[in-house]
Amino acid sequence: MTTIDKTASAPSRRIEDDGKTPLLEVRDLHVEFKTRDSLVKAVNGVNYSVRAGETLAVLGESGSGKSVTAQAIMGILDMPPGRIPQGEIRFRGEDMLTMSNEERRQIRGRKIAMIFQDALSSLNPVLSVGYQLGEMFRVHQGMSRKAAKAKSIELMDRVRIPAAKDRVNDYPHQFSGGMRQRIMIAMAMALEPDLIIADEPTTALDVTVQAQVMDLLAELQAEYNMGLILITHDLGVVADVADKIAVMYAGRIVETAPVHELYKRPAHPYTRGLLDSIPRLDQKGQELYAIKGLPPNLTRIPPGCAFNPRCPKAQDICRSEVPILHPVTERDGTDLPGRGSACHFWKETIHG
Amino acid sequence: MPEIYDNPQSGPGTRAGNAAVAADRGATPTSPKAPAAGPSLEDKVREEKARSLWGDAWRDLRRNPYFIISSFLVVLLVFIALFPGWFTSADPRDADLTNHFLKKPELGSFFTADWFGYDNQGRSIYARVIYGTRASIQVGVGVTVIVTIVGGLMGMLAGYFGGWLDALLSRITDVFFGIPFLLGALVVLNAFTDRSVPVVIGALAFLGWTQIARVMRGSVITTKQADYVVAAKALGAGTSRILIKHILPNAMAPVIVVATIALGGYISAEATLSYLGMGLAEPTVSWGIDISSASKVVRNNPHALFFPAGMLTLTVFAFIMLGDAVRDALDPKLR
Amino acid sequence: MGRYVARRLLQMIPVFIGTTFLIFVMVRTLPGDPIRALWGDKAPDPTQLAALRHEYGLDDPLWQQYLDYMKGLFQADFGKTVGGRPVSEILTDAFPVTIRLAIIALLFEMILGLVLGVFAGMKRGKIVDRGVLILTLLVISIPVFVLAYIFQTVFGTELGWTTPTVQDSMNMQELVLPGIVLGSLSLAYVARLTRTTVAENLRADYMRTALAKGLPKRRIVVNHLLRNSLIPVVTFLGTDLGALMGGAIVTEGIFNVQGVGGALYQGLVRREGSTVVGIVTCLVFVYLAMSLIIDLLYAVLDPRIRYA
Repeated sequence: MTTIDKTASAPSRRIEDDGKTPLLEVRDLHVEFKTRDSLVKAVNGVNYSVRAGETLAVLGESGSGKSVTAQAIMGILDMPPGRIPQGEIRFRGEDMLTMSNEERRQIRGRKIAMIFQDALSSLNPVLSVGYQLGEMFRVHQGMSRKAAKAKSIELMDRVRIPAAKDRVNDYPHQFSGGMRQRIMIAMAMALEPDLIIADEPTTALDVTVQAQVMDLLAELQAEYNMGLILITHDLGVVADVADKIAVMYAGRIVETAPVHELYKRPAHPYTRGLLDSIPRLDQKGQELYAIKGLPPNLTRIPPGCAFNPRCPKAQDICRSEVPILHPVTERDGTDLPGRGSACHFWKETIHG
Repeated sequence: MPEIYDNPQSGPGTRAGNAAVAADRGATPTSPKAPAAGPSLEDKVREEKARSLWGDAWRDLRRNPYFIISSFLVVLLVFIALFPGWFTSADPRDADLTNHFLKKPELGSFFTADWFGYDNQGRSIYARVIYGTRASIQVGVGVTVIVTIVGGLMGMLAGYFGGWLDALLSRITDVFFGIPFLLGALVVLNAFTDRSVPVVIGALAFLGWTQIARVMRGSVITTKQADYVVAAKALGAGTSRILIKHILPNAMAPVIVVATIALGGYISAEATLSYLGMGLAEPTVSWGIDISSASKVVRNNPHALFFPAGMLTLTVFAFIMLGDAVRDALDPKLR
Repeated sequence: MGRYVARRLLQMIPVFIGTTFLIFVMVRTLPGDPIRALWGDKAPDPTQLAALRHEYGLDDPLWQQYLDYMKGLFQADFGKTVGGRPVSEILTDAFPVTIRLAIIALLFEMILGLVLGVFAGMKRGKIVDRGVLILTLLVISIPVFVLAYIFQTVFGTELGWTTPTVQDSMNMQELVLPGIVLGSLSLAYVARLTRTTVAENLRADYMRTALAKGLPKRRIVVNHLLRNSLIPVVTFLGTDLGALMGGAIVTEGIFNVQGVGGALYQGLVRREGSTVVGIVTCLVFVYLAMSLIIDLLYAVLDPRIRYA
């Protein structure tokens, strides 16, 4: 606890949120896993940033590196076999990768919290939810067992779990899926962190419950003015809550855009493919579009643009040169703020 | 550090498994579910092979030093048991009280009758250690075979058919399981005056089959619920066909592991019974008997105890290590 | 809960009857006649022989003998030896000794086994882990009577830390060495079981959550990892108490502990059926009682298990 207080009182190291420094900034992050006979390059130079009160949606298929990036931010990667050969993860301007383990632990849960996909397996099966929620207060704020329990009930009320007082001593398996996810959210919210990373928070839930959980998350985010990184593969979830989107493929960001612009005018063939594969009512009866092929093997990422074997527009240059994240502009060259595309032919894609 | 020592217990692939779990839930970069776009035919074939449980296990085992050492020892011991004459020309029953009474070992004279010294009846300890192998291996293998057949059958019937048959068989298993193994074997063997190898095998098997039955039952219940069994049923396959073609090969893995480890245990049990004077009896050459008689002179002549005890330990060690290695190769849980 | 216990108890009755009957049959059908043996080499007087047989109920059919025995059992009457000594007296002499020995063994295997298992499980694949695996493999492979001699020679005779054989079987201090020998095999199993469950639970999702909550490592290991990993280990330890008592015969013999093993051995050698049956019946009872306790304890340790 003291460590954080010290850094807070050292203005030279800590830059307050003046609206210019983002809450979190990931710079050129690389993550790889060493296996017995190969090197899995899971993240290959990711850049993104989140401000307070902002929601960034990170979109991608399984294996695109979106979860690994999140785990690297949280500092919960298995190392080894995981390794971060280069990159920076700046939280309030300070690179967390250079911090001591203890400093990082102090940030985890208190400043940056995480919500996991499968609440049933992510909650400890043999400890009551009250205990698991109260642990946050007891560990980070040194609260007594009794006070922590009162806080847990308060939290459960806050995420609208009915009869919180009676259920605080229940165990995770005694709750429904939606309620369990609310408990996960409550746990993440407990210490009112600055940033929350939600890793597919609604994937395991029924559609009706999904909306409720997302609404709750958005509401709490607005209330506490938190930054939110929403990791998902579901384009439907993103549209309502996100401010901006980063699309990931094979450990890279292939496109970034404010949320509605991405839907209107994608600037990367992969994003376009994703959008085209959403079933639409007005196309009933037609064959559903699907991106052909499979995600690449991360031990053998294709040379050039990683998407080239699956891209309908691939040219020779796509097989030899890795595209940078080009700033995307209007046809006449007017800047489109926040937009970028890692495609050699972004112009053709967005304007053609 | 040589790569082969990387992960002795769980076998190769563990690190890859960790990485895979960490990399991204669901499809993983190294898992066969997410092959490179357009894999070559050769790749596909290799992957197909790799995915079978036994193929995978065999690939792991070949690289596992524990497996190599233990299987070498087991093969050697079986050879000694089959052809003791190849390993010594001395007669294990040849007693020479006058010249050789408790003579100390001559560790330099390899493979001769003098090598390990002589026991309190003037018999070559080396010859006795070699000839004692047969009884131990016979008991170990004999009990294991019977127990696997009887226990396996009981467990399979109980697990597959369930209902009243399961209730009945499980209670019978409970009854036998409730009797302490060693004490029960003592009581049974006490009834026999000539305790030959088959008698000891029978006594140990009579009480020992419950373990396999329990393992088999659990394994069959799990396998029964597997999708491919349900599919085979839906396609109208007969009961016996399902049992033999689908259930048995897949339910056998844990049974084989337990049986291999138990084999070492049975050898140890035989020695213990013989040591207590309720197991094998002279003129059968048994390490347990030798250890028992050596224990009376152990203070001044530790060699008489050391060699049969060492050989016994080595034998049990070999089988248990083999079972261990096989289990690690077959159990994907810890990958 | 109450109904569950009642149902479990009902299930145990046929097992108890079956096991005791089995052992009864095994003992009673043994060749050799303890009554005849009273005369030694002399020719017995047939009328006296028949009278004694009748007194011990040995001329009844087997099932009748069993029924009589069970009737006696309900009044804590285990019958008497041919020499006229009540078997219950033998049991009350022997069992306290063996229970002490088994408890020492259990404590030893529990404490050391858990420590070794946790270290190995957390450092899987590292030197510590490999060391523990080899050590446990070795312990499993060495037959207990060999281990007993090694310990007796090294710690008793050579180092003189304790007496090589036990003088007073009720003295806990003297029982430490035999207790360690008795518990060593199970120690290996406890260590391996702990290692496996710890290694498995380390990779559970909730461990990642605990880490993400910013809990200190100690708390993660003790409150989250161990709490889950202990469940199978406790099960093993519970059922092991009966096994230790039943398996103590060799250790007791070597260290001269006057416990159940010795009494049973004497009973076998002298063809005293009622002693043997009495001892095994008690052991079966311990085994069944422990498995019930473990079942109930399971519910405390793992809230997911509910008894209906």
